[in-house]
Amino acid sequence: MSETSIDAETRNSRVAGAMKGFSQEIGALSAFRLESCIHCGMCADACHYYIATEDPQYTPIWKVEPFKQAYKREASAFAPLFRWFGFKRAVTADQLAHWQHLLFDSCNLCGRCSLICPMGIDVASLIEQARHAMFDAGLAPEELHAKAEHQQRTGQPEASLEPYRDQLLAIGEKYAVSLPLDATDVEVMLCVPRTDIEHYPAAVAALGRVMQHLGVSHTFRSDALVAENYGYYSGGQDWQRSISLRLIEQAIACRAKVLLVPECGHAYTALRWEAADLYGKALPFKVMAVTEYLALALHGGSLKLGKAAIGSVSFQDPCQLDRKGGVSAAPRALMQAMGVQLHEMENNRSFSFCCGGGGGVVDIERAAPLRYRTMEVKMREIDATESDSFLTGCSDCRHTFDDARRHFGWNKTPQSLLELVAQSLEPTSVPP
Amino acid sequence: MDLLSFARGPALKVAMGVFFVGVVWRVLALVLLRIRREHSRPRSSLLRYVSVGLFVTASRSWPHPQFVKRTGAGEALSYSYHMGLFAVVLLFGPHIAFLAGLLGIGAWPGLPSSVITAIAVVTATLFTGVLYRRVTTPVIRMISNFDDYFTWCITMLVMLTGLMTSARWGARYETLLAIHILSVDGLLVWFPFGKLMHAFYIMPSRAINGAILARKGAST
Repeated sequence: MSETSIDAETRNSRVAGAMKGFSQEIGALSAFRLESCIHCGMCADACHYYIATEDPQYTPIWKVEPFKQAYKREASAFAPLFRWFGFKRAVTADQLAHWQHLLFDSCNLCGRCSLICPMGIDVASLIEQARHAMFDAGLAPEELHAKAEHQQRTGQPEASLEPYRDQLLAIGEKYAVSLPLDATDVEVMLCVPRTDIEHYPAAVAALGRVMQHLGVSHTFRSDALVAENYGYYSGGQDWQRSISLRLIEQAIACRAKVLLVPECGHAYTALRWEAADLYGKALPFKVMAVTEYLALALHGGSLKLGKAAIGSVSFQDPCQLDRKGGVSAAPRALMQAMGVQLHEMENNRSFSFCCGGGGGVVDIERAAPLRYRTMEVKMREIDATESDSFLTGCSDCRHTFDDARRHFGWNKTPQSLLELVAQSLEPTSVPP
Repeated sequence: MDLLSFARGPALKVAMGVFFVGVVWRVLALVLLRIRREHSRPRSSLLRYVSVGLFVTASRSWPHPQFVKRTGAGEALSYSYHMGLFAVVLLFGPHIAFLAGLLGIGAWPGLPSSVITAIAVVTATLFTGVLYRRVTTPVIRMISNFDDYFTWCITMLVMLTGLMTSARWGARYETLLAIHILSVDGLLVWFPFGKLMHAFYIMPSRAINGAILARKGAST
């Protein structure tokens, strides 16, 4: 037997195992979702990949087709009939390899498709589950797999010249802001997007400045600095669990009452909605997005904001925070308090299009040409607002738009809402 | 036993048996799968997200304004033929008599035969439009499978044989009626195996998915 045929055999057997695992682990809810689909194709009309390309393969429900095939064959009510009569063939490694492009390169897990389905199916959650099986089949994109592996092992998705801990301390010094590290008995534990550490240090300083303004005890933890979860992106559930556990254990160790998720949409989904399930019980602290925490502080009177020195703005609602997480009013309350003149995009709040980088797509190099194509949908909407600038509450959105700015020579620069809040703090309130 | 007696006698009994057992088994097989417990803290109260779930059963009947331009025509077409089907099945005198007898309840008022015939013709035409759309729209054509086409064929067969029976066209009335009932028997047998199950799934699907999203405060 040649080396190639051994590899093919191993590949097929791994795929068969992953498909069987998917079918056995599917759970009643996902099975119900798969069974409910009436093949109307409407989900395509919500997806920016389809809207931008009109290529039917980007129809969201089509992205889980092999998994529907596997479920029907292995676990549905009439599975034996599907198997015996060959109505549903076994999913092959080659078939699944093609689906890597559909499940990872062309899906941001943004959930817009879940709002259009006449059967009410949450298509995005099916795609997320399909990614788990892809990971088990050894078909997670290399970039996401490598970063997830590195992060679960070291806490950082990639090696850096200086560890993030040192970079954080350097940011504190550079921006003359206190960024407490490894304190205990605090009200709030903080973490940061690695995107901010690497690209937007001012956003990290802004987080420290705002917390200082609120006068709430807080700390970062050396062993759990990074907010993103590459296990989530790659579909590797065990790694997602261990990355989440790192944060959970540190929050417990410092006896925090709140784990504050910085401006990072997917980190919010991973920590707010999925971490407890992976932990196996309710978390002994609250998980809050920084915008909702600040909006609460604004409402309670501890956050005092002056007028922001900014012209008209449009706002990019991060999908995971708004559409999928319910954090919609908070950013607008903050902008209103700063007197921001908001020009909403045509599709805003829950109906906002994804920036194009979510779900790990911005990290997948081969996905860039398609990503740029879909981003044009969003960029046209931003341009149409004729606002002077635009804000977002997610550093991955910001990073993706910055990349688009360079790629297209676009004249818009994305800015962080958190940074604007930090710049607009009432000066008298800032402790010396 | 003549063909009509067979169609509305043993064939109908067997078809109803397959329908009933099949539907129950298909639902049971779903319920028997693992139900995961959510450990995250809900954003809203149980009462709120259950209420939203119930609301979604109605609200998802029509697309959000942001989607109407792209999907409104397709949804309107689908709802139109569904309404036509309901009208023909539930408001045609002979159907009412059959269903009332089956359920052991009194008959309800129906529509005149001429009106039902007109509705049936319009419905069959719309249903043809649905098939045309399925085979000519790249997205729908790509995601369609045997289930979609077979379900269309058997539903259309029931409609056409019904119209032929009503018009007494092409054969003796008893023969036409027997063929019509046999087509209904076929539809009942196929029901639990294919997408016709959406008749049972649609409301729970909207409600459950809506409630789960509302639990997070997410959009529905």
